Amino acid sequence: MGRSASQDVLITLVVSAVLIWVMPLLISTYTLTVLVIYGMLGLSLGLIWGFGGILCFGQAAFFGLGAYTYAIAAINIGESTVPMILAVLVPAVFATLLGAMMFYGRLTDVYLGVITLVVTLILFKFVNSTAGPQYVIGKARLGGFNGIPGFQTLNVPGDPDAYVWGDPFFYVCAVALVIVFLLVTWLLRSSFGRIAVGIRENEVRMGLMGYDVAARKTVLFAVGAAIAGLAGALFANWGEIVTPNLFSLGQSAEIIIWCIVGGLGTRLGPIVGAAGLAYLKFMLGQQSMVDNTLITGLILVLFVLFLPRGLVPAIASVLSSIFGRTKRRPNASRTRRARHG
Amino acid sequence: MDLSFVILIEMLYAVASLVLISAGLAVVFGMMKVINLAHGEFMMMGGYATITAVGLGVNVFVAMLVIAPIVVGLIGLIVERLVIRHLYGRLVDTMLATWGLSLVFIGIATMIFGNTTTGISTPIPGFAVGDYQINGYNFFIIVVSIALVIAMFAVLRGTRAGLIARGTMQRSDMAAALGYSPDRIYMMTFFCGSALSGLAGAVLAPLVGLVPTSGGAYIAKAFITVIAGGPSLIAGLVSSATSFGLVSQIFTFAISPVIGEVALLIAAVILLRMMPQGITGRFFKGKM
Repeated sequence: MGRSASQDVLITLVVSAVLIWVMPLLISTYTLTVLVIYGMLGLSLGLIWGFGGILCFGQAAFFGLGAYTYAIAAINIGESTVPMILAVLVPAVFATLLGAMMFYGRLTDVYLGVITLVVTLILFKFVNSTAGPQYVIGKARLGGFNGIPGFQTLNVPGDPDAYVWGDPFFYVCAVALVIVFLLVTWLLRSSFGRIAVGIRENEVRMGLMGYDVAARKTVLFAVGAAIAGLAGALFANWGEIVTPNLFSLGQSAEIIIWCIVGGLGTRLGPIVGAAGLAYLKFMLGQQSMVDNTLITGLILVLFVLFLPRGLVPAIASVLSSIFGRTKRRPNASRTRRARHG
Repeated sequence: MDLSFVILIEMLYAVASLVLISAGLAVVFGMMKVINLAHGEFMMMGGYATITAVGLGVNVFVAMLVIAPIVVGLIGLIVERLVIRHLYGRLVDTMLATWGLSLVFIGIATMIFGNTTTGISTPIPGFAVGDYQINGYNFFIIVVSIALVIAMFAVLRGTRAGLIARGTMQRSDMAAALGYSPDRIYMMTFFCGSALSGLAGAVLAPLVGLVPTSGGAYIAKAFITVIAGGPSLIAGLVSSATSFGLVSQIFTFAISPVIGEVALLIAAVILLRMMPQGITGRFFKGKM
C-alpha cells in the first residue's frame, strides 16, 4: 500500500468520525446499529477469506456462539463486562480447536467448506432441539427454537443498572467497529498478515520457506472467529433475544454474499457490502411486490457473473483511472486466486 | 423378530433415501465439478411439479417418475445455458452463483405457491408386521433407489453416451479433438443431473410437507454424502450412503432422531478428517 501506517490510521479516523456524525441524520440509529454489527461480521469473514484464503461456510457459527455465550453468561452473572469478554473468547477457542483439527489435517477448499458447514448445522440442530427444561446452563434455559430472551443487556462496566441502549449503544458499536478495523489493518501490515497473504497465494512455497502454515492459518481463523463473536454479542444486545436462526445456513450465506458483493481482498469491501445489502434488505422488507429472497439471489448471481471482483475494487479502479493515480490495488487475478483458496 | 425386521427395513430406507437425495448431485458435482448449492431447490421444484401435476389429474406415479424429472431437467437446462456454462472450472464461483440461484428459486416458489405447507398423501398403504406398522411407501423408495443405481451404472458403463460423457469430464480437450462438442455434453450431463434431483424430490414429496424452503433440508446431507464418497461416482455414492445411513439409524433407534442427525454430521466430520479424499479415494480405487 502506498500510504504509511500513520496516514492510514488518520484517514480511517477522520472518515469514520464524519460517518458516525452524519449517518444518524440520514438513517435511524436503531437500524444503523445493526448495519454496523453486520459490517463487523462481514469484516471477520473478509479477513480470513480475503486475506487468508480460508473459505469458511460457518462464520455464522461463531456469530451465533458469541451471541449465545453472551446471553447465557449475562443471565448467570447479571452484569455485562465479563460476558462481553467471554463472547469473544469462547468462539476464538472453539475456532482454534476446529481450525487445528482441519489445518493440521491438511484439509483444503471444498472439504474445508463442507466441514465448517457441517459444524454450523450440528450447532443449529442441537440448539434447536434444546427446548426441554433439562437443558440448562447455570440459571439460563437454552430454550430451543424459542431462543433466550430477557438477559442483562450492555451496561456501563461495574454498574449493572446503567444500561447502554439507544443512541449511546450505536456509538459503542460504531467505535468498536473502528477499533476492530484498525486492529485488522495493523494485523495485515504486520509480518503475520503479510505471511498470511503469502500462504493464500502459495501455501507450499510458504511451507518450504519454513513457516508453520497450519499454525498460522489456525491463528488467523481464531482471530476471525473472535471478531464474529464480538459482533454476535453486540447483536444479542441489539435484538435483546438470541435464537437458533443465528446459526442458520441462511445467515452464513448472507455473510459470504456480503464479502463477494463488497469485494474480496479489501478491508472496506465486506463492511460496505454488509451494510449496503442489509440496508437494501431492510428497504425491500417494507414492500411486498417482489419476494425478498429472490432479489438477494439475483444480486448474488449477477455479481458472480458480471462483477466477480466486487464493488469496492471496481470503484477503486474506476477512480484511479480517472485521477491517474498509480495506487496498488488487488487486481483481478489476485482476488480470483484468493477465492480458490 | 418382528422388531428386527422393522429395523432392517428402516435402515435400508435410510440408506436408500440418502442415495436418492445425493444421486443428482453426484452427477453434477462428482462428474462436472460444479458445486450446485441449488440442488435442494431442484428437489423442491420436483416436489412442486409432482403436486401440481397430481392436482391436474395426472396419475401420481407418472407425475413422480416422468413429469417431475423432465420439468426439473428443463429448468436445469435453462440455468446451465444462462449461468453455469460461464463458470466451468471456477469451483468457488459456481458455488456462489448456484447459492444465488437457490435463493431465486425459493423466492419464485414463494411467490407462486405461497409460504404454506402443501403435500400429497402416500399412494401406497402401510401394512402390519406382527405388532408393528410399516409404511409401504418405504419399499417403493428402496426399489426406486436400487433401480436408479443400476440404471446409472448401466448408462455410464454400458452405453456410448456414458463413455463420451465420462471421457469429456476427464479431458474435454481430447473429446473436442475427437469431434464431440464439450459444450453440448456438459449441457446434457447437467440436464441429467437436474432430472435426477427432480426425481428424488418428487419421490420424497409424499413423505414430507413441502414448503419453498424445504430444499435446505437436503442440501447438506447430499453434499456430505457425495464428498465423503470421493472420486468414484457410484461406488462412492453407495458406500458413503450406506455408512451414513447406518450410523444415523443406529443412533436414532438407540437414543433419538435428533441425536441420529447429529451423529450423521459428526461421522461426516470424522470421516473427512481421516480420509480427506473420500472413501473411494482409499478403497475401491479406480472403480466406477
